[in-house]
Amino acid sequence: MRLVLVGTSHHHAPVELRERVALKRDAAQELAARLAADSEEAIVLSTCNRTELYLGSEDAERAEPAAVAALTALEPEVEPALYRLHDRAAAHHLFRVAAGLDSLVPGEGEILGQVRVAHELGVTGPLLDRVFRQALHVGRKVRAETAVAESPTSVSAAAAALAEQVFGGLAARSILLLGAGKVSEQAARNLRSRGAEIALVADSRTARDAIAHQLAAVDVVIASTSSPALVLEAATVAEALRGRRGRPLLLVDLAVPRDLDPAIRDLDGCYLYDIDDLEAIVAETLAGRRLEAQRAETLVAAEAEKFHEWHASLDVVPAIASLRARAEEIRAAELRKADALLGRLDESQRRAVEAVTAQIVNKLLHLPTVRMKQAAAAADGVLYAEAVRHLFGLGEDQR
Amino acid sequence: MAELLFWPALLLYGEAAVGYLGDVRRPGRAGRAATWGVRLGWLAQTALLAVQAARDNGFPWGTWASSLSLFVWLVVSAYLIWGCRRSYRLLGLGVMPLAAVLLAVARIGGGTGAAEVSRYSSAFLVVHVGLVLAAFAGFTLAAALSALYVWEEARLKTRPATILRRRMPALATLDALALRTVAWSLPLLTLGIAAGLVRLIGRDARFDALIAATVATWLVWTAYVVLRVVAGWAGRRAAYLALAGFALVAVVRLALPATHFA
Repeated sequence: MRLVLVGTSHHHAPVELRERVALKRDAAQELAARLAADSEEAIVLSTCNRTELYLGSEDAERAEPAAVAALTALEPEVEPALYRLHDRAAAHHLFRVAAGLDSLVPGEGEILGQVRVAHELGVTGPLLDRVFRQALHVGRKVRAETAVAESPTSVSAAAAALAEQVFGGLAARSILLLGAGKVSEQAARNLRSRGAEIALVADSRTARDAIAHQLAAVDVVIASTSSPALVLEAATVAEALRGRRGRPLLLVDLAVPRDLDPAIRDLDGCYLYDIDDLEAIVAETLAGRRLEAQRAETLVAAEAEKFHEWHASLDVVPAIASLRARAEEIRAAELRKADALLGRLDESQRRAVEAVTAQIVNKLLHLPTVRMKQAAAAADGVLYAEAVRHLFGLGEDQR
Repeated sequence: MAELLFWPALLLYGEAAVGYLGDVRRPGRAGRAATWGVRLGWLAQTALLAVQAARDNGFPWGTWASSLSLFVWLVVSAYLIWGCRRSYRLLGLGVMPLAAVLLAVARIGGGTGAAEVSRYSSAFLVVHVGLVLAAFAGFTLAAALSALYVWEEARLKTRPATILRRRMPALATLDALALRTVAWSLPLLTLGIAAGLVRLIGRDARFDALIAATVATWLVWTAYVVLRVVAGWAGRRAAYLALAGFALVAVVRLALPATHFA
């Protein structure tokens, strides 16, 4: 059974091409069913960054053109952007995809769910089921054992991560929004998705007293007005701090020119970050992700090797099974021939003879079995299997 | 037997200290190995204390050296409650080197071998020494949490680009945990001191330097709780006060005990 992958991704095709081969859930399921009719096993993984067809087939020479035809039927121009991978290379690619290492942002988490859904919607058998289960395991393992997916990748996510660094859980924490620019809206949305609540959205018409009053109560201030002057002076914040009883206050200034007085930084319990600070954090965390991605690549390569060993052993398993069956057949036949002699033995003696002969067979076959499995992993497995079939006349009765 | 258990405990605590140092440089495997070092070292020390208790048929931690060994065990026990969490690994860097050094000091002082026969009853020692040491272990942990708070708060103020690289407990969490730990420890110290004072008055004995320093320690930690709960102290100020309280704990635990146990 061969593993065949044909697909395209953001590395090979621009979005205007990718969108023409992107498939919705139903279409992906239907295509998988159609391909499986020819190839036995098929899974379609279609996301905004990639469309990939995974096939499990005895005949890779037929399966690959069928997959190419399925994709070019959606968009003929996609053919030059298609990659074609087999067996270990295909599994290695899938493991990288599941780990988020092939994503635009290394370690992004959404892809793991998409791989899971593709697996559920596909037509699976022993090969694709095994390789997709292992891919999901690799995805989880990489995220658990490396920090590739931990850090924020946008200014708004960095602001939310900083808030968590100060307050821990953000449930019931309140936000004061000064201005409502696109980035501050994203930051607020990010905080709200973690449980925080917006206490007040203030603009140039909001009374200063109302803002000062909220400052005593809120936990996070996000500012992004288009005001040419400072919107919040350090003295106003210092005044509000008296009513806060030592509670920390995180202030995020996303405006240029800045809305928040830089002198706020010197106030006890206030943590002020401007757009430059956040962009530096994002740049650093992206660099950190890339560094972690190198560690993740090592884990993925080890898992691909494990898959290869398992996959290669499939080539020799039938030969090993036939060899053992033949040996058992011979043992049983010889015992039957010796039945006249063995008839004089009592029950326990008979059982001892059975055990000894079975042990001889097992010991004789142990080393060839191990060697065949080792040879399978080193790509000589098929040759060994053929040699064993020939030497022991396995399968000749069926010919 | 005690000898056989002391060395694994010391080596594992030492391994944990080194592991946490490695975790600072590169978070991951070294931190996990350190956490296992703490767990296994704690098990070895628990067995060591059990052997001591069984052999001496009573409370064998009446001398300053043996009580130091018990103190280390209590500190590590308290640390283990949070120390297994990944974000608290940096706390281990403060706790485990201290634990390893103090255990070695306890050994040098003869606190991990056969105990001398105490002139006090076991019941009194359990109440007085046990409660005071448990409270001091709690204060030590609260101080470690406060030190971590001060360090992290300074980082948040200086805004390095690497601020989010290491997974850390949140400032508010550290602040709350320190208060909660002190709130549990202070009643233990109060009871421990009360037990000692009752005995002191009953025997018409004199105040010594250690008793005075212990009462001063109680005053500082009481002030910590009062200022936090009543006056609304939080954050850096409270953390500095906790560190000052720990300085007194260190004096009481290390500098003065010889006079008291004599």
